[in-house]
Amino acid sequence: MSQRLMRWLFPHPLLTFILVIVWCLLINGLSLGTVVFGLILGIAVPILTAAYWPNRPVLSKPAHLGAYALIVMRDIVVANVEVAMIVLFKRNSDMQPNWVSIPLDLRTPEAIAILAGTITLTPGTVSADLSDQGHALLVHSLDAPDPAAVRDEIKQRYENRLKEIFE
Amino acid sequence: MSTLAEILAALAVVIGGIFTLVGSYGLVKLDKPMSRLHAPTKAGTLGVGSLLLASMLYSAARGQVSLHELLIMAFLFVTAPVSAHFIAKVHIHRDHTAQELPVPPEDNVWATKNGMADQDDKDKA
Repeated sequence: MSQRLMRWLFPHPLLTFILVIVWCLLINGLSLGTVVFGLILGIAVPILTAAYWPNRPVLSKPAHLGAYALIVMRDIVVANVEVAMIVLFKRNSDMQPNWVSIPLDLRTPEAIAILAGTITLTPGTVSADLSDQGHALLVHSLDAPDPAAVRDEIKQRYENRLKEIFE
Repeated sequence: MSTLAEILAALAVVIGGIFTLVGSYGLVKLDKPMSRLHAPTKAGTLGVGSLLLASMLYSAARGQVSLHELLIMAFLFVTAPVSAHFIAKVHIHRDHTAQELPVPPEDNVWATKNGMADQDDKDKA
């Protein structure tokens, strides 16, 4: 009974937690009143929107998500500098923009969305399209003489880690 | 301590400004539509990220801790790839035939081109 109550109150515990934090950040201060109101929102919003989120994504190793975020942030900084150099010092005619298609081993929609977002955020690559059944990702690369190398790097660096986290 | 934080904040503002400038310059300099898409996604990440870092450092130096910049960063990082993705899709939809793109390794066709094969043939004829 109590388990059913908990499940009704917190259909998405992680979403509740994030909403409380977001509310405190929006108010930009930490007081009891803020946390309580954040909690009220954190309980109301998931219940009201539960119809649109029938399943929770299951994380098999949620702790690895933090490590993944750190790696992505480091890559954003490094790759930003690289691409700034390309934009500033490389002539347009010397650049080799290329399409790269990446076969996906991931099947969880949330994981694919995170992968696509990561690819766009790490400069030099923009994810452009998904194949009709969702088994491959089309990526555009700003300067890639060797598309296979880009594909392998994305698969090793990001997809393998996401696969560990989600599947 | 507060002087150090102010120096770091100034440094972050300059770095953010440089990357935003490079992003805008790239938008003008690059020649192909898909390449141009790369430039603004850059300004959105490191440029704005470092400007917001400066804002946090500055408010910390003045003794009022402010963290809602983290929220701006989070929303930006979630929404920027989505808009870039839509722009890329529109470009594929309008300017590329399915033959110009690499063949998807497993499925038949890219989602944007699904059901578009007839249209492409008509455009060519």
